[in-house]
Amino acid sequence: MAVRDPIREGLAAGWKVTDAAALERDLDLETDVVVIGSGAGGGVTAESLSAAGFDVVIVEEGPLASSTDFRMREREAYPQLYQDSSARQTLDKSITILQGRCVGGGTTVNWTSSFRTPARTLAHWKDAVGLKRTGAQDLEPWFARMEERLAIAPWGVAPNENNDVLRRGCAKLGYAHGAIARNVKGCANLGYCGMGCPINAKQSMLVTTIPAALSRGARLVQRARVLRLVIEGDRVVSCEAAGVAGNGAKPSDTRVRIRARHFVLAAGGIGSPAILIRSDAPDPGGLTGRRTFLHPTVISSAVMPRRVDGHAGAPQSIYSDHFLDNAPLDGPAGFKLESGPTHPVLVGITLPGFGEDHAAWMKKFPHVQVVIALLRDGFHRESRGGRVTLANDGTPSLDYAMPTYLWEGARRAYVAMAEIQFAAGAQSVMPVHEGAKGYSNLKEAREAIEALPMRALAARVVSAHVMGGCAMGPDARTGVVDEDGRHHQLRNLSVHDGSVFPTSVAANPQLSIYALAARSSAALARSLR
Amino acid sequence: MPIARRRFIQAGIAGAALLTLARWIDRPLAAGPAPYRFLDARGVKSVGALVPVVLAGALPADEAAQRAAVGEVVTAFDRAVAGLSVPVQQEIGELFSFLHTPPLRVAFAGLWSPLEESTPQQIVEFLVRWRDSPFDLQRASYRALTQLIQAAWYGNSLSWPSIGYAGPPAVG
Repeated sequence: MAVRDPIREGLAAGWKVTDAAALERDLDLETDVVVIGSGAGGGVTAESLSAAGFDVVIVEEGPLASSTDFRMREREAYPQLYQDSSARQTLDKSITILQGRCVGGGTTVNWTSSFRTPARTLAHWKDAVGLKRTGAQDLEPWFARMEERLAIAPWGVAPNENNDVLRRGCAKLGYAHGAIARNVKGCANLGYCGMGCPINAKQSMLVTTIPAALSRGARLVQRARVLRLVIEGDRVVSCEAAGVAGNGAKPSDTRVRIRARHFVLAAGGIGSPAILIRSDAPDPGGLTGRRTFLHPTVISSAVMPRRVDGHAGAPQSIYSDHFLDNAPLDGPAGFKLESGPTHPVLVGITLPGFGEDHAAWMKKFPHVQVVIALLRDGFHRESRGGRVTLANDGTPSLDYAMPTYLWEGARRAYVAMAEIQFAAGAQSVMPVHEGAKGYSNLKEAREAIEALPMRALAARVVSAHVMGGCAMGPDARTGVVDEDGRHHQLRNLSVHDGSVFPTSVAANPQLSIYALAARSSAALARSLR
Repeated sequence: MPIARRRFIQAGIAGAALLTLARWIDRPLAAGPAPYRFLDARGVKSVGALVPVVLAGALPADEAAQRAAVGEVVTAFDRAVAGLSVPVQQEIGELFSFLHTPPLRVAFAGLWSPLEESTPQQIVEFLVRWRDSPFDLQRASYRALTQLIQAAWYGNSLSWPSIGYAGPPAVG
């Protein structure tokens, strides 16, 4: 039976979609609200405002790809759906950043892990940042609403072996762990969420909020990079975008100019601050693009006695917060433990080394198991995050240096992951670090990890969660936007994405973005009436 | 100032001056040979020399099959670089300028001959020197070259049987 493709059906039914990269002459549009970015924040915003009766134009840098295009092949999916073909890196190249670049943004390619913002994170935002209406009780109805909208529920299917190793290891060691809630309907447990769901089971923005908005008459301009907002006084009057044919392509000479009553930035933790910086937006606190966080993630690979086949089955179904919940926020860095899927390119570029040693590990590919540790950044005074900078051509980059504080956490995380993998029966464990090799028992691994240099471009560090850079704060001295995402200086500009977080979330952020974007959009709709 | 930091800054200044020189000496060709989008003819040769070393033990043993596989990896490497951001493409272009400018190649990479004339052992030593270098730039360059080649190979279904991967499942 052929899989239905709701995007192709919508296009056939007359959705108003423009490909900016194919424009032959400039295009001028006018609308009530422009939403820049179509990921977790932009999708929710577009649906909410169009449902409230406003005319909406969504602008997305990436392409409108859909299930028919999602063929579960890394070499097609990464260039098509990710920023810099999935090879976006921090300025010094030491951290690889996985970020979506397509309609649906990160939600089209994420691994579906859904967590409410941890209560401790929200308490810290209240106590240390001064937020007044963003506590667990304030957000409860918004979490509930988005969980219902996106079918977010605990995953009832047994974890795949890749995740079950994490479960068994934690159980044996007495570490608290649990099943991850996922945003899926009719999931076939294929395991290719990171390449776009080929059966539209993942309830991403691509198959939920965006089709809803487009069906109500919202317009979508795809393959359009917003170059700048045009600001007059304390208002944004228009935004200007250029067509971009794909990753690596230079922007076209044709322009899309959109005038609107209100502008919502939802271009993510690097994109949104970059647009503000390119637009010379007022920034009296010097905060725009500062305190950008990543959940820097270190990786441990193991060889298990039986087949793991970590490419098959839900990529993330088990987690452990043992090393977060038992760590005080102002103490040594805590970390969240999850599994990472094994696909040939991901494993090939993640395992350190080259030549015969690397090939020997690749030959064990079906037996390779992967645990990842996401370090909680932004809570401790030594963890101040990174800064968004611009290249000469305006391309953003993130200058993020891991402080000693996080490197110390990374070292403990390598030990904790090895301990769990051995407890679950691993034959060999290799911390993913240029100086490491496979170790056959915990004692050997621990001694090696104690001696490994913790420094940039030696440990392999990745991030799939860019957060902060347009932080919420009670006033212009402490934040770029207020608790409704409204810019402190520009009256008709809001930010609805992960860049509004004052610290990292300390959990996979999609549900936090959904809930805040839903609340901010409801407030915006009221104020526009 | 700590010695390591001072050395790094000096290396940075010298590096910037050399880079300007390298850019001038190694002005890129207007367009690479078909079907390449990023690499010029020398780049194709350099990557072609790196591939059998980086993928030693992974490529098919049969000589003709291996030659064909190397060709596909070089093409995929080229395609991958063309899909990076414009500033990063420029940086990788500069890396090749270094490797193609004899005095810089010797000073920066410790390679007396061009890559395509170096022995596999010399290329291994060059890669290990960069991997273990105190300088971020060399470690980052090592990582870029090896990862681009590894991604190019393991993204290719030719590599899958040798690692026990059956390919994506059928749907629909």
